[in-house]
Amino acid sequence: MSDVVEKTLTALPGLFDSQTGAAKITNRLRQLIKSITELTSKHEEENLIKQELSAMKEQVSSPNTTMKQMREIMVRAMYCEMLGYDASFTYIHAIKLAQQGGLLEKRVGYLAVSLFLNEGHELLLLLVNTVLKDLQSTNLIEACMALTVVAQVFPKDMIPAVLPLVEDKLSHPKEIIRRKAVLALYKFYLIAPNQVQHIHAKFRKALCDKDPGVMTSSLHIYLQLIRESPDSYKDMTGSFVTILKQVVGGKLPLDFNYHSVPAPWLQIQLLRILSLLGKEDQSTSELMYEVLDESLRRAEMNHNITYAILYECVKAVYTIHPKAELLEKAARCIGNFVLSPKINLKYLGLKALTYVVQHDAKLALQHQMTIIECLDHSDFTIKRETLELLFRITNAQNVTVIVEKMLDFLRICNDEHTIIHLVGKVAELAEKFAPDNSWFIQTMNDVFSIGGDLLQQDVPNNFLRLLAEGSESKEEDDQLRLYAVDSYLTVLKGHTSHLPQCFLQVMSWVLGEYAHLQESVDQREVIRLLTQLLDQRSVSSETRVWILSALTKISEGQTDLILDLAESLSSSQDTVLRQQAQELRHLSQDSQLHEWALPRGAPWDGIEVDSSLSFLDGFVSEALAAGAAPYKPPHQRQEELCEDRALNLEPYGFSLPVSLSSCSITDRQSPTLLSVSSGLSGNSTELSQKAGSSTLILEGVKRVWGKDGYLPQKEATAPPVDEPSAAVQPPSQQEAAERIEPRPDPSTQNQDKQQLASSLFVGLGVGSSMSLLGKSEAPPLRFRKKPRPHESSSSSSGTSERSSDSSSRSSRNTTDSFLYSSLLEEEPAASISAFDHTPKSTTANGLAQNKDTKEDRRANTSQILGGDMVIVRPSTIQDKHPPSVSSDLTALLPADLKDLPHSDVISLTSDPSLSLSSCRLFRDEALLLVIFISNCTETVIKDVAVQLTCEELKTVSLRGSVGSVHSLSLGHCPQQTSSVRPLVVTTEEYGKLWLSLSHDVKQNLKLLTDAGDPLRTTLNALKDALQLHVVDIIGSEGIVACRLLSGAPCLLHCRVNGTALAMWLRSPHPALPDCILYHCQRALAHH
Amino acid sequence: MIKAILIFNNHGKPRLSKFYEHYTEDTEQQIIRETFHLVSKRDENICNFLEGGLLIGGSDNKLIYRHYATLYFVFCVDSSESELGILDLIQVFVETLDKCFENVCELDLIFHVDKVHNILAEMVMGGMVLETNMSEIITQVEAQVLFSSDSVSAVKSIILWNIKYLLNPD
Repeated sequence: MSDVVEKTLTALPGLFDSQTGAAKITNRLRQLIKSITELTSKHEEENLIKQELSAMKEQVSSPNTTMKQMREIMVRAMYCEMLGYDASFTYIHAIKLAQQGGLLEKRVGYLAVSLFLNEGHELLLLLVNTVLKDLQSTNLIEACMALTVVAQVFPKDMIPAVLPLVEDKLSHPKEIIRRKAVLALYKFYLIAPNQVQHIHAKFRKALCDKDPGVMTSSLHIYLQLIRESPDSYKDMTGSFVTILKQVVGGKLPLDFNYHSVPAPWLQIQLLRILSLLGKEDQSTSELMYEVLDESLRRAEMNHNITYAILYECVKAVYTIHPKAELLEKAARCIGNFVLSPKINLKYLGLKALTYVVQHDAKLALQHQMTIIECLDHSDFTIKRETLELLFRITNAQNVTVIVEKMLDFLRICNDEHTIIHLVGKVAELAEKFAPDNSWFIQTMNDVFSIGGDLLQQDVPNNFLRLLAEGSESKEEDDQLRLYAVDSYLTVLKGHTSHLPQCFLQVMSWVLGEYAHLQESVDQREVIRLLTQLLDQRSVSSETRVWILSALTKISEGQTDLILDLAESLSSSQDTVLRQQAQELRHLSQDSQLHEWALPRGAPWDGIEVDSSLSFLDGFVSEALAAGAAPYKPPHQRQEELCEDRALNLEPYGFSLPVSLSSCSITDRQSPTLLSVSSGLSGNSTELSQKAGSSTLILEGVKRVWGKDGYLPQKEATAPPVDEPSAAVQPPSQQEAAERIEPRPDPSTQNQDKQQLASSLFVGLGVGSSMSLLGKSEAPPLRFRKKPRPHESSSSSSGTSERSSDSSSRSSRNTTDSFLYSSLLEEEPAASISAFDHTPKSTTANGLAQNKDTKEDRRANTSQILGGDMVIVRPSTIQDKHPPSVSSDLTALLPADLKDLPHSDVISLTSDPSLSLSSCRLFRDEALLLVIFISNCTETVIKDVAVQLTCEELKTVSLRGSVGSVHSLSLGHCPQQTSSVRPLVVTTEEYGKLWLSLSHDVKQNLKLLTDAGDPLRTTLNALKDALQLHVVDIIGSEGIVACRLLSGAPCLLHCRVNGTALAMWLRSPHPALPDCILYHCQRALAHH
Repeated sequence: MIKAILIFNNHGKPRLSKFYEHYTEDTEQQIIRETFHLVSKRDENICNFLEGGLLIGGSDNKLIYRHYATLYFVFCVDSSESELGILDLIQVFVETLDKCFENVCELDLIFHVDKVHNILAEMVMGGMVLETNMSEIITQVEAQVLFSSDSVSAVKSIILWNIKYLLNPD
């Protein structure tokens, strides 16, 4: 018995041969990997793999190697290839394995083929038959494998061989086969669209397949087809909408759910198709509004994949013909993305914003604080995306800040791709919006030195062209050129070896053309600097050519310097340089020739390049008459050369002597010919450009916005987007605002951010906002197209306004400024702006009054109405009130103002002689500020000069002739609340109005519970504080209405919700609800 | 379209590389190295998307990656893919691997490179997403294994039967 067992055991290895063989090889792979992981150096790894490869080579060529062993070898070969070692000797065996092996081997064989071989590999031809056989196989797995490999590696010219078989598979009973066939056909379509044209009908069939998987695959094809020509597939919109409706409605089998979201990837695909179809097509868009709305509504779960769907939805909503309601929802979604703590969603939010600001610039305003935070984010990707967004919202007012941010980023960035990309954008912005010459030149210097030789050639080309062509005003052009020359001379005087070639080329060109403009600099100095460059080893030979042509241009009259230079270069290795040195010498000696060849300051458009070289016509015809061969373009010559390689059966003709003669002719002529071309070489950039499209730069400057146009286009193409999409502030945005609110003392850091925000987002609102703020310079300063008004020379009050613009905002407390900046373009500004115009007139009138009346005591009330009108009244009051009795001052109000609601009189300041108080009067259409000036002394004041300096109503300084100067602040002036007026409406009117308003905000507020009826108490408190009109109180709900002066209404709906007051605000104005809400909160908190 | 799928460990050792576009051998290695370089220096708490990188084809493409324990899963895609969609596709891929290998670890990927490739082939075909449903993927992969290992298991049972017979000849 034991014998038997022993025998069996010894016999076992033979029985297990195949098993142990495989195990052994697996062990070899294991061994290989193990030893690789133990290695410490790359060198050791190389040796090991080399050994392994040679062992494998031996094994594959041995006839005894079984299929199974071959399989293992393939896996090892894959491993080696993955590590980057060449195992090409196994390729043929991989094909063999696919051809001959059993299923398991075949699978590895196909896998190896698809990993090893690419579309162009010649061994693929050997695979065709195998694939054909497998495609016809009844075995599903074989067919699947064949389809996979076809989709992966088949080249264009092999498609016809397999196409009919793949096509047949579209009607295969098994869905997995149909699905793979569809994808294979899609791949064919990508490689060779013509070959699959006849089966478009079958694609339609695939779209209607009963298996959702097949339908999903066919969407790949449709997405591509529709992207190429959306118009031909408009008729299918209905089908796609229906499919999406069914998917969203959960009509698919549960298998297709992913985290209980129905077929999310399918939804994404469909949304993309729909957005392509609905783009700029109202009727098609209308078909999809409903389903988009549904998608937006359904995708509320808090999973990644729902956000993926939401993101596509938002993009679709903004791509198709706009619908206010959807835009509003989409805008809210973007808010959710941007404010999300999840960084991935934030990224997508930024991307969405970047996409959307083209349609609606105001949305960026809403999220300015988040954007600022993202700008300092530690994540490179987020930062980059933020800059992209800022790039889109750049205008003439924020360009300096944004460009600075971009350059800061570029300086620490080391990704080449990003640098190229971003530097181009900086250059574009600089050209489009540069506020002045020095900034422009400085920025371009940064661009050239940072971008260096990575720059795309069109950046320096455009820049030079801009300099060369100039604008209408020659004076200005020269000024810009002068700046450039000065700046470059400074740069060149410094350390130059690190400068990129492209920058050197630009500099040398500019110096060559325009150095003569700078009279204060000796031309010899310029020549010296340029010559110095020539001596540097780091300078490339191309740059040397540029420098030499620059020298040629300015060489006039400096013969001694030039001759030395020409001498030293005439022995140069570089023939082009040598030739240029020759030219240089000739030209510098012959000033007449110099003048003729390189006229100074000639207009650029005057130069005509005769690209057909017609001036040589005579010469050519002469040569032809003398028997020369006609000219053949290079490609033709090349072709003929190729033909020549084939056997030439024709006898040799006359071509030889003829070509010789033509050769000698060109040889003789060459110096002049070449000199013409090289004389041009320095100018080649702008010449070549002139040949190209001339629409690039200066025309571009005129546009308000870049490629896709934002403001003008928005108005032109999609007027409905304009107002409603002006974007609701999403609830979460509200919370963000609140989070900041409780801090009355903003940290300095925060202040910085506010300041940054105000400088970044300035000028983003609608155009009219600027004039409201009294900033009449709003029309952006486009670079060099029109004479710029000199800022310094404009009126001093104007300057102070401007400077205060940012300072006042930053000095405000956080919330106010937050609200304020979002209100920047809003109506309250109307009342504020009025002050901008007051100072001078007030002063003048006040003085006049003084002289006239010479009263000992006056209250001078100036009332400021909307617009520019200022009324200054002499006081009619003669009584002597002690200044402390300020409450009685209201009695001094002019009769027509007496009945208006007013605030308490606040004493502003006083000194022994004068006291100053103010009071606000609320008129329907305006806020009036009344200032009382009272004399506190017994003596008669002869002369009081009043000067009001308004920095957006922040401070007023008073100058009394008494000698002392008071500066005092009208602070604590909550401007927003002062502009709120009660809106008297009935409940019905309220109901109608409520429905028509689009921007809403919801928030829970504190409920005042100390009295009997909490709701009534609270509303009354609000009414007192904010001048609201309580329309109605029904049970636990109350409706309140107010308006902004005579402008936008805001409706408030309040409901008692436990111990809180649920407040729902609506207004046609996007920022108003937030503003009112904030003040309600404050009022209740103070209560 | 998906341009490439790369898996490498924390030390940059490639564990799987699949390119759906043709690059030369050297470029592929360079892409792997550069991708590792880009991805590995990113913190855990920043976003999973990376733009740029010249090698993989410029501005249109981006890298979407996830980091699991010792492995990085990186998908290089062009702009036609949804970022979050791909992010979840990686999740599906990893979950599928986990199901197929029962608690997948780095070693599984090393020793069963072919199987991993097969699973991937069921999800992504020629750069297009083919299937996102995990159970469907597993079914397909397992069907193949069953079919192809039929013969092997037959041999196995014969051998086992033989041993039994030899040990207990009665």
